[in-house]
Amino acid sequence: MIDKALVFSSTTYRKQCIGLTPPKGIWCHITGTDLVRHQDGTFYILEDNMRCPSGISYVIENRQITKRTFPQLFGSLKVASVSDYPSRLIDMLQYIVSDKTSTPTIALLSPGVYNSAYFEHSFLARQMGIELVEGRDLLIKDDFLFMQTTKGLKKVDILYRRIDDDFMDPRAFRNDSLLGIPGIFDLYKKGHIALANAPGTGIADDKAIYAYVPQIIKYYLGEEAIIPNVPTYICSDPKQMNYVLGHMDELVVKAVDESGGYGMLMGTSASKAEIGDFKLRIQENPRKYIAQPTLNLSRVPTIIDDHFEGRHVDYRPYIIYGKDIYVLPGGLTRVALTKDSLVVNSSQGGGSKDTWVVADQEPQC
Amino acid sequence: MLSRVADSIYWLSRYVERAENMARIVDINLLLILENQLVGDEQWEPIARITGDWDYFSHKYGKTTRENVVEFLTFDMDYPSSILNCIVKARENARSIREIISSEMWEQINKYYLFLTDPASKVDAINSPSEFYHQVKLNSHLFFGITDAVMSHNEGWHFHYLGQMIERADKISRIIDVKYFHMMPHVKDIGTTYDDIQWTYLLRSASGFEMYRKVYQKMLPEKIIEFLILDANFPRSIVYCINKANGALHAISGSKEDSFQNKAEQILGTLRSELVYTDVNQIISLGLHQFTDSFQDKLNILGDSIYETFFAITNTNNQTFKEHAE
Repeated sequence: MIDKALVFSSTTYRKQCIGLTPPKGIWCHITGTDLVRHQDGTFYILEDNMRCPSGISYVIENRQITKRTFPQLFGSLKVASVSDYPSRLIDMLQYIVSDKTSTPTIALLSPGVYNSAYFEHSFLARQMGIELVEGRDLLIKDDFLFMQTTKGLKKVDILYRRIDDDFMDPRAFRNDSLLGIPGIFDLYKKGHIALANAPGTGIADDKAIYAYVPQIIKYYLGEEAIIPNVPTYICSDPKQMNYVLGHMDELVVKAVDESGGYGMLMGTSASKAEIGDFKLRIQENPRKYIAQPTLNLSRVPTIIDDHFEGRHVDYRPYIIYGKDIYVLPGGLTRVALTKDSLVVNSSQGGGSKDTWVVADQEPQC
Repeated sequence: MLSRVADSIYWLSRYVERAENMARIVDINLLLILENQLVGDEQWEPIARITGDWDYFSHKYGKTTRENVVEFLTFDMDYPSSILNCIVKARENARSIREIISSEMWEQINKYYLFLTDPASKVDAINSPSEFYHQVKLNSHLFFGITDAVMSHNEGWHFHYLGQMIERADKISRIIDVKYFHMMPHVKDIGTTYDDIQWTYLLRSASGFEMYRKVYQKMLPEKIIEFLILDANFPRSIVYCINKANGALHAISGSKEDSFQNKAEQILGTLRSELVYTDVNQIISLGLHQFTDSFQDKLNILGDSIYETFFAITNTNNQTFKEHAE
């Protein structure tokens, strides 16, 4: 169904994970899938985030602000709550190791204060009442993972890790990583430590693999995908590449393994030089690129200085997979604050908005 | 509690307390100068000296003018103990343990930092120093008040309190030393009105003037020394701080206060006994400066033992990794 070569050539493919069965058979414990609404009114899946999706702290904090700012309006609507996300998250984490211990020690592994998502790591650790650890707080002894405390070593049962696979274990993955814990992948394979999300899930974030998700759903579940993908041209296929090269000015070209709005070209607004540059890049390394038609992302009213203007948005709901699958009734709406921009990433100056899932209303007079 | 986190919370409080005491030291000297116009710039030398960093100061600034000393002790980012540097470091520590401290504590540290980095503060420190240093003290008080009122008095809190008390004990001893530095060049002043004024300001700088009056009424140097070093009830006396630090240390380990389980407890217990079983005459016959000097040395040893007992992180990871890589 998927070309083997496509999988093996992915930069997020981890051959170390062959034969691995994660605890309870769950790989993607936390998913944040990006959705957009096109001018045809349909929601499309724009991309998958199966590694360490971030942004949930903004969802919860934005809601706090709305409730404080518009208590009356908010009170008159039946808005589904997002505030129990941390409880759902910790329930899931406990569930993963529930056959080993009923009182697991859970820790959130962060790269540290200089990471752009550090606020969120700290926020979630605080909300869940778990330790926020860095690689330097941890060590492996007698084949188990311990954190160094004021009262000696304390065993850790599960890590909610907010570090990419690459950096988790310099012995198994990137050997120049200073953030990880050497040997932790071996412990994981032995079942001595649980990790959420499992290593290796990044393969699904590859934007070329993404194109196959509807077929994967059909093959394994015998169902049609409920929310369609954005049509995607995979440049490693020569025919599709030729099409892309001939229609650069109307497509969005993206590097398959980059995120945060990096490594992309908006063909409709790009200069000739930029297009030429990307053409070369595609021809040099077709596997690295995909292209999609330019979607006209829906707009929402946004306060710009002292008045409202329309700004493009996308939407990321969060899904937790533990004992059950839980879809947060709400999510992160990201706003491209620059006029007419379609790039919503916060790393590119995007903002965010509180997003309500409203229950059916009584008819109003 | 993670060793790294305990380390951060301990230093967070030490730095906030250090900033406050630095403000006290500057403030008292400002007032002293107003009392005695004759000495002029010379009067600033003692404060630059008690920091123990006279070489740094004289090398970088040369003259002991009011502007130089204020800049040095308040805003100098190259000087590790300047008020601003203390709060920058306090904030860095706080930032790395935001999930441990309360949001209110973080907000206060942030406000404190923004107050000091506001360009207006540099002007205020020169033009209305009394008000400015008062604000610095209040910012520290507010932080400690919040810490006391909204953070659970758990292990982390005890590390905060341990840090605060050790820092305060150290700085009280340095403030007492200010008096020594002021007296040295002017032995003829002893027993004069000016001498009385100096003692008064010494008490004031520890917010101890009124409390002292309630106990002793008369301004007697040996009583003032006794009050600032040995009074068990005054919260800015050395004995008080050492008693509280001892309590915090034992609360952390859960051991009885008259015993010890680790090096830090042993050293602090010994230091405490020495203080509790000494009297003011012994201190005076030893010499005030010698006493404070030796006390500061002992505190440094205590600080090292706290580090070794609780914070030192064995870097096993890197070692194993290196072995493996080779």
